[in-house]
Amino acid sequence: MARLEIKKTYKIYIGGKFPRTESGRFYNPKGIDVNVCQSSRKDFRNAVVVARAAQPAWAGRTAYNRSQILYRIAEMMEGRRAQFISELELQGSSKKEADEEVNATIDRWVYYAGWCDKYQQIFSSVNPVASNHFNFSVLEPMGVVTSTAPEESSLLGISTIIATAIAGGNSLIAIASESKPLCSVTLAEVLNDSDVPGGVVNILTGNKDELLPHIVQHMDVNALVYCGSDKKVIIDLKEKSADNLKRITHYSTDAILSQRGESPYFIKTLNEVKTTWHPIEKVGAVGSSY
Amino acid sequence: MAAKNKSVFEFSPALESAGHIQLKDQYELFINGKWTKPKSGKYFKTTNPSNEKVIAKVAEANEADVDAAVSAAEKAFKGWSSISGKERGKYLFRLARLIQEKARELSVIETLDGGKPIRESRDIDIPLAAAHFFYHAGWADKLEYAFPNRKTEPLGVAGQIIPWNFPLLMAAWKLAPALACGNTVVLKPAETTPLTALKLAEIIEEAEFPPGVVNIVTGAGATGAAIVGHPKVNKIAFTGSTEVGKIIQRATANTDKKLTLELGGKAANIIFEDAAINQAVEGIINGIYFNQGHVCCAGSRLFVQESVHDEVIQKLKARIENLVVGDPMDKNTDIGAINSKSQLETINKYLKIGKEEGLEMFQSSCSVPSEGFWCKPTIFTGAAQSNRIVQEEIFGPVLAVQTFRTISEVVQKANNTPYGLSAGVWTDKGSKIFNLTSQLRAGVIWANTFNKFDPTSPFGGYKESGFGREGGVHGLESYLKFND
Repeated sequence: MARLEIKKTYKIYIGGKFPRTESGRFYNPKGIDVNVCQSSRKDFRNAVVVARAAQPAWAGRTAYNRSQILYRIAEMMEGRRAQFISELELQGSSKKEADEEVNATIDRWVYYAGWCDKYQQIFSSVNPVASNHFNFSVLEPMGVVTSTAPEESSLLGISTIIATAIAGGNSLIAIASESKPLCSVTLAEVLNDSDVPGGVVNILTGNKDELLPHIVQHMDVNALVYCGSDKKVIIDLKEKSADNLKRITHYSTDAILSQRGESPYFIKTLNEVKTTWHPIEKVGAVGSSY
Repeated sequence: MAAKNKSVFEFSPALESAGHIQLKDQYELFINGKWTKPKSGKYFKTTNPSNEKVIAKVAEANEADVDAAVSAAEKAFKGWSSISGKERGKYLFRLARLIQEKARELSVIETLDGGKPIRESRDIDIPLAAAHFFYHAGWADKLEYAFPNRKTEPLGVAGQIIPWNFPLLMAAWKLAPALACGNTVVLKPAETTPLTALKLAEIIEEAEFPPGVVNIVTGAGATGAAIVGHPKVNKIAFTGSTEVGKIIQRATANTDKKLTLELGGKAANIIFEDAAINQAVEGIINGIYFNQGHVCCAGSRLFVQESVHDEVIQKLKARIENLVVGDPMDKNTDIGAINSKSQLETINKYLKIGKEEGLEMFQSSCSVPSEGFWCKPTIFTGAAQSNRIVQEEIFGPVLAVQTFRTISEVVQKANNTPYGLSAGVWTDKGSKIFNLTSQLRAGVIWANTFNKFDPTSPFGGYKESGFGREGGVHGLESYLKFND
């Protein structure tokens, strides 16, 4: 008798755990014989709570430590290469395409690992104010980010939106490609094995059209990144985000998936500029009378 | 007519002269380098809030007028964006110099039209406005160094809508980076304080700017809405209330207009027991009573560590007794006139709310002039997070005092607001400063100082205080698009 294969249950990733959607719903991506969680508004709200709780400690890690954790993700992916390739093939990629996407993704994690302790120096400034103050501007993470992955990609897209958010100290809720969700779940397993603290990255599968109206109106989300080119969606997000002035960014799929997806400006976009002033005492300084 | 003051310091009035200023009785719209009568045919009056006298009549721009201004800006864009950065910068340097030359006239007009003390117009508003043009002038031919590895381009026509609290300074904050980056502009000053922007238009003429590069249209909300709604405007920069900012965001959602918003605030000013108390008290006073509290980044929520509460409150009360409230043209005046009748009504509404919520209110015992709009410096003690005067922006000389024991408690309270524009920390311990300044969610943090501004220093908010920065290298981003 032939051995019965053990099939994987594809679950979502919230707070470092792998629950099924609380709604109990599932869907079958076109042409794939797998039951994928159709996450609900409640799943999203749960994810925001854990993301908010995890964010300050993540931002408080040293940049060196964040850098090593991102590099660790690349290491872990390398070990799971075969699984990612077979999932990509299952979702319609050729062997060659799958191989290339995995290579590009691992390299992208390494690329952003390297930025974790450098972008601050590129984008910070000491400002020569015309008074006796020391004044400097630094970047600070916006907080809780929600990003939707490009629909066309199962692995490189979601990896890029996660890397750009967490390299800069944010926590995030990533919404996977609806039609190609498999790699996002396996990526969650990689993240969970890479010293990424629970709650820093949360990954939901499901229907974007259903989730986006809840995401954009959630009052405890600081920023929303939409990857895609649906004009109607973009307008709707810009309009509804006004409720709490969450920062809205949209990228074309190509900007994320091509080589252009490697740039520290993606990190900067999810950071605020904070400027600090402090007086300089002139007593005893060069040129003073003391 | 300086107010009678019971201070131990009695000052004789030292009135600034308004004799040398040149003001017309009526101002038209500044469109395409020409003073143009409004198609609306309408004019509104701008008054001196310290005596309610009319200073001048000012044209009210309607949609057709705004359209003419935008068309002029659009026509001028090609030339302005294609001259070399070096030449563009020279126009701005010239403008900065002319503002410095006319600083006294501009200061007087600012104080007459807006009610702020002449000392502040003279020492802060006008010099800083000149400094903003001077700083940004030098960027015009150096933009490729501002954004490493990116190619930048100007956006086109920038529509800029500014508030009444720092009329000329806000015009400079908006115009200088926009012009340096190669954009052309349609600027609308606030309806209660249009005069210095119109004087600036005269200076722009004198500086020989190409026609249409800067257009200044006056009017109220409807004029602003016409700018926001104009299809040929590529960029909206707005400074004002969070409520209007949200309306603008919704109104521009369906467009490709680039948007930056600098909105309201409710800044925490935190004083620890180890602070230099006397300096901190001065900083608290400056934080909330500067410019009658008409400051979006005003330190309107004071957090005092319990152990020094009584001492700080006693010193604050003594200090506000010594603030000189009255004629803004008097060089001794610390607190001038409230900008408008409607703003005074808003402030008085909140004073009433504070009392109704059971808070203890303390006001200076000074008298105020019988004409004009005035509010005595006010302190509410015993406030709680839930009080409306703690939650909502008042935009007046009203301080709400809360207490705290631990750092984590005060961080939580300070951040518990939808706003995030600024914050202040007072302590003599360096490590505590960095702990606090990194935890406070606000765009500008003043440590052992407050309400300081500089063109090299980026200004702007977190959360519902808006997005985008003004000033410094970071502020240039608001006026450029990136082609990569």
